[in-house]
Amino acid sequence: MRKLSSLAFIVTTAAILSACSTPVKLAEPAPVVEKPVEQPAPVADTRTVAPVETKSIDPLDDPKGVLANRSVYFDFDSYVVRADGKPVVENHSAYLTKNKQRNILIQGNTDERGGAEYNLALGQKRAEAVRKAMTTLGVPESQIEAVSLGKEKPKAEGHNEEAWSQNRRSDIVYK
Amino acid sequence: MKKLNQYLIYAGLAIAAGSAHAQMRIEINGVGSNQIPVAIAAFADESVAPQQISAIIKADLERSGAFKVIDAGTVTDVNNINYDAYKAQGADALVVGTVQALADGRFDVRYKLLDTVKQGKLSQLDQAVAPQFSRLSAHKIADDVFFKLTGIKGAFSTRIAYVKQEGRAYQLLVADADGEGEQLALRSNEPIISPAWSPDGTKVAYVSFEQKKPVVYVQNLINRARTVVANEKGSNSAPAWAPSGNKLAVALSKDGHTQIYTVNADGSNLHRISNSAGIDTEPQWSADGQSIYFTSDRSGGPQIYRMGPEGGDATRVTFSGSYNISPRISADGKTLAYISRRDGGNFQLFVLDLASGQEQRLSDTTSDESPSFAPNGKYIMYATETARRKSLAVVSVDGRVKQRLTTAAGNIKEPTWGPFMQ
Repeated sequence: MRKLSSLAFIVTTAAILSACSTPVKLAEPAPVVEKPVEQPAPVADTRTVAPVETKSIDPLDDPKGVLANRSVYFDFDSYVVRADGKPVVENHSAYLTKNKQRNILIQGNTDERGGAEYNLALGQKRAEAVRKAMTTLGVPESQIEAVSLGKEKPKAEGHNEEAWSQNRRSDIVYK
Repeated sequence: MKKLNQYLIYAGLAIAAGSAHAQMRIEINGVGSNQIPVAIAAFADESVAPQQISAIIKADLERSGAFKVIDAGTVTDVNNINYDAYKAQGADALVVGTVQALADGRFDVRYKLLDTVKQGKLSQLDQAVAPQFSRLSAHKIADDVFFKLTGIKGAFSTRIAYVKQEGRAYQLLVADADGEGEQLALRSNEPIISPAWSPDGTKVAYVSFEQKKPVVYVQNLINRARTVVANEKGSNSAPAWAPSGNKLAVALSKDGHTQIYTVNADGSNLHRISNSAGIDTEPQWSADGQSIYFTSDRSGGPQIYRMGPEGGDATRVTFSGSYNISPRISADGKTLAYISRRDGGNFQLFVLDLASGQEQRLSDTTSDESPSFAPNGKYIMYATETARRKSLAVVSVDGRVKQRLTTAAGNIKEPTWGPFMQ
C-alpha cells in the first residue's frame, strides 16, 4: 500500500509539473518494474510416485513370434498339409482355442496354371485341409471360415516353379 | 496406314462421345472356306453422321472371314445402279445406302443389298437413329447383309464383357463385339472373374473378391443396382443364367466341397443340384433349359459332364485327355467348346461335335481360358496369352478364321459374349 501511494504521489506531481506552461524537464521517475517473486529452486519430492503403464503384447501382434507365420504351403497337385506346415497349424490352433472371440478366414490359393474357376475349387481344398487340421486340434468350427482365392492373388509374380511353390498356399487371416 | 487412321478417328470420336476408354486393336488372320464377294459403296452423305457407316460395315464383314470385300467407291444415285460394272469386279452383291440428318437431331440411315447377277434388290433396311446409335445402325446393316447372304444370323450388333487388370486395379468392361465403345461397368481393387450376361443383355453376374472371399453379384447395367446372389460360408462362384433369366446356377463350397446349386436372381430359394464327393463346378445351361453341362473331378481328374436342370444322374461327355474344363454349349446344342490340357501341359481351346464325338483343337497358343460362343454359334471368343500379356482371341467354329483383340496396356481376360438384343 505504501508503495502505491508514493507512486500515486510521484505520478500526480509529474502530471502537475508537466501541466505547467513552461515545460520543465523532469527526471523520469524510475520505472516501476514488477519483479517476480523469486521462488526457491524446486527440491524433488522424494516421496513422489510416478505411475508406469505396461501391457502384455498380444502374441498375434509380435512380428518375431511364431504367430507371424500365417502361410501353409503345398506341393503341386496336392491338398495335404506338409510337415513344414504343421507348426503353423498348431500355433494358430492354440491361439484360437485360448482366444475364443477371435475368428479367422483361411484363404486357399493355387499357382497360375489352369482355369480360374477350377483353380478356385482346388484352392478351396487347400483351405479346407488347414481348416480340418485346426478343428481336429479343437478349434470350434464357428471361429473358422475356409475360402478360396484360386489363382487370383499370387504372392510371387514369376512364371516358374520357384514362384508357383510360393503361390500354392493357404493363408490365415484374422478378422 | 488407312486402318490405323480409321482406328484413330474412331477412338477420337468415341472419346468425344464421352464413353470410351483405351480402345482395343483387332488383327485378323485366315479366311473362311467359301468367301462371298461383296462390293460395298460409301453411303451418300455419310459424313453428316458421327460414324462412317460404310467403313464399319466393311470392317464387320471383313472380320467375319466370310466375305471378300470389294471397295465400290461412291454411288451417287442409289436408284440407278450399273450392275455390270460391279459384276465385272467380281462382286455377287452390292451394298449401297444414304444418310440424312433429320430435323430432330437423329439420322436417317437407309441401305439396300442388291444382287449384281439377278440385278435386283435382295434386302433393305431403313433406320432413324440418335447420334450415339450410328455405330449400332451400321452393325445392324452388317447383320442383315450377313443373314441375307449366308442364311446365318449376324452377331455384329452384339456386345462383349471382359475384365481388364492393371497391377492391382480391376475393371469389368462392356464393349461392342468389335471392341469399340468400351464402357466401365465396375471398378475394383480386388479381382473380378466369371462375368456372365443375363439372357436379355441388361445385367451381368460376376464373382467379386471385394469382401476378401469370392461372392456372386448380379449387376443391372442400366441402373447400377447390385444384388448379392450368393454369399454363403466359404466360396461362391461360377454364375450361369438359366435361359428364363429368373435363376442362376452357381458353385458353392458351403457343404465343405465345391458343388453346384441353383438360386433365384434375387438370391432366394438356394438349393443343391449336384451330388459328388469331389469338385463339381462351372455349370452351363443349354439354350433349351433341359441340360446343365459342368466340370467334375469325380473320375479322378476334371472332365465335362451333363445333368438335368434339377440335377439327377450325370453323363460324362469328354473322354480324351485327363484335364477338360470350362464347358460352353452352342445355342443349337450341337457343339461343346472347352479347354483341354494335353501333352506338354498346354491349355488349349477345343470343340466337340456332340453327335459324332469328333473333337478339334482350335488354337495354337498355350494358355487358353474362358471360351464363349457368339450367340449365332459361329465364333468362339476366349482368353489367351502371348509374350506374357493376356489378350482376347476369336476363332470361327471351323477353325479357319482367327482374330486377336489386344489392348494398349494391361491384361484383358474373362471374356463373355452377350446375347442378341432388340
